[in-house]
Amino acid sequence: MRKMIRPCGLHCIKINHLGVTLGGQEILKDINLHIHCGSLNAVIGRNGAGKSTLIRAILNDIPHTGNIEFKDRENGRIQKLKMGYVPQSMNVEKQTPVSVYDMIAAYQSSVPVFFMRGPKIRQKILEHLRIFEADYLIDKQVCNLSGGEQQRVLLSMALMDSPNLLLLDEPVSGIDQNGMDLFYKTIYHLKENYDLAVILISHDLDYVRRYADKAVLIDKTVLKQGSVKEVFGSQEFAQVFQYGKGEA
Amino acid sequence: MSMFSWLSYDFMKYAFLAILIITPLFGLMGTMIVNNKMAFFSDALGHSALTGIAVGVVFGVNDTNISMVVFAIVFALLLNQISSRVAASTDTVISVFSSFSIAIGLAILSKGGNFSKYSSILVGDILSITPLELWYLLVILLVTVLFWLFGFNKLLAVSLNRTLAKSRHISVAWMENLFAVLTALIVMLSIKWVGILIINALLILPAAAARNISENMREYHFFSILFSMFSGNLGLIISYYVNVATGPTIVILASIIYFITYWWGRHNHI
Repeated sequence: MRKMIRPCGLHCIKINHLGVTLGGQEILKDINLHIHCGSLNAVIGRNGAGKSTLIRAILNDIPHTGNIEFKDRENGRIQKLKMGYVPQSMNVEKQTPVSVYDMIAAYQSSVPVFFMRGPKIRQKILEHLRIFEADYLIDKQVCNLSGGEQQRVLLSMALMDSPNLLLLDEPVSGIDQNGMDLFYKTIYHLKENYDLAVILISHDLDYVRRYADKAVLIDKTVLKQGSVKEVFGSQEFAQVFQYGKGEA
Repeated sequence: MSMFSWLSYDFMKYAFLAILIITPLFGLMGTMIVNNKMAFFSDALGHSALTGIAVGVVFGVNDTNISMVVFAIVFALLLNQISSRVAASTDTVISVFSSFSIAIGLAILSKGGNFSKYSSILVGDILSITPLELWYLLVILLVTVLFWLFGFNKLLAVSLNRTLAKSRHISVAWMENLFAVLTALIVMLSIKWVGILIINALLILPAAAARNISENMREYHFFSILFSMFSGNLGLIISYYVNVATGPTIVILASIIYFITYWWGRHNHI
């Protein structure tokens, strides 16, 4: 199993002047973020503020301007940033014959999953599933997992290449209150015990208040960023969430 | 040896070999066509064969196989491009372009009342396959198996989540286009023997039946290829003795397998 490393607090990830224009429409502009390892950063904002677009731009899934730097703070050395991504859901309908092993091996291995199972990769997958007590799921069909089980499996997969930065979309459907608590506790545990930074899109301000270190309020651009306390007490925050609706 | 007396005819021997090549190929390909919900896409490709022939006739190409393949590849790439750009739902976009292309094909081929000359392609005739055309099929089977051995994981990764696949440096557009081109090649090279009307059934049914009873990718592929080969070979033999067209016989058998697996899967909660 991967050795647990205390976050050193010496790496940092800088996102400089990131902008996204899709179909002639400017969706994000001049986003600047500074993220330290071992920190949990919650991205908040109203619906359509560009939260998911920001994650996809950081992942290089959509064309964007600006750049992303990964620095060692001690000597300013620039390294290659490894990113792990946990999507909200996978594209599996009922009856899709894809097991948890198939899914993870498809992304992590070159042993063709339609033909045979690789014992080595299976062992590696089991080890990582065990971190989230999900090893018993390895031969289950992905489409039959509960929302919480699917999240744990996806998290295990994201950790397999020891990412420096973990990007997550908070699960919105198929997870009950207990599941959400468990989800946030797991993320908290990860950032405390692994050498990585977390950027999390969140729809639930209550959880952000309880678990996040930093908050980033966006609406096309960064309206306010800083500690959770700073952001939640700001004027910009009050303006965006003034009606305190469910999603707020 | 009267049981195998049908093999004493050359055309039956070739047809048998063709079935031995086409059915595993269709079983293999069908798995991902069904997974990616591309049934409508492959159907549109099948219909575009007519247009491919028409284009060949207009440009005076001797071997319409070539114009069919070229047209189908262009058509497949175009459909891929358009459906990723246009906001309308994919099946609407495919339907529009497929209808347009069929209409052009039919219009050109029917000029001067000559369409009956081409109508055999609608039903197909596996008994007319020649040794050279068998080689074409064998080559495309090998290409597909190689693609599956080296590219299947990536193909599955893209199908499960594009953004996740991209974040793992898989070239999503390349995989999607390669798969579309391969589908186009397979459909075009086998359409004369299988027929436009039922080629899609042969691509979809074995995989759909396998899905009813499979829990992982290995079972899925095993059953899909098994069902495809079983209904193909049995269908050829039955059609010989009952004297009906081969393609429809195969489709009827594959459909029966689908219904049985559907029932079996529901009873065993898969």
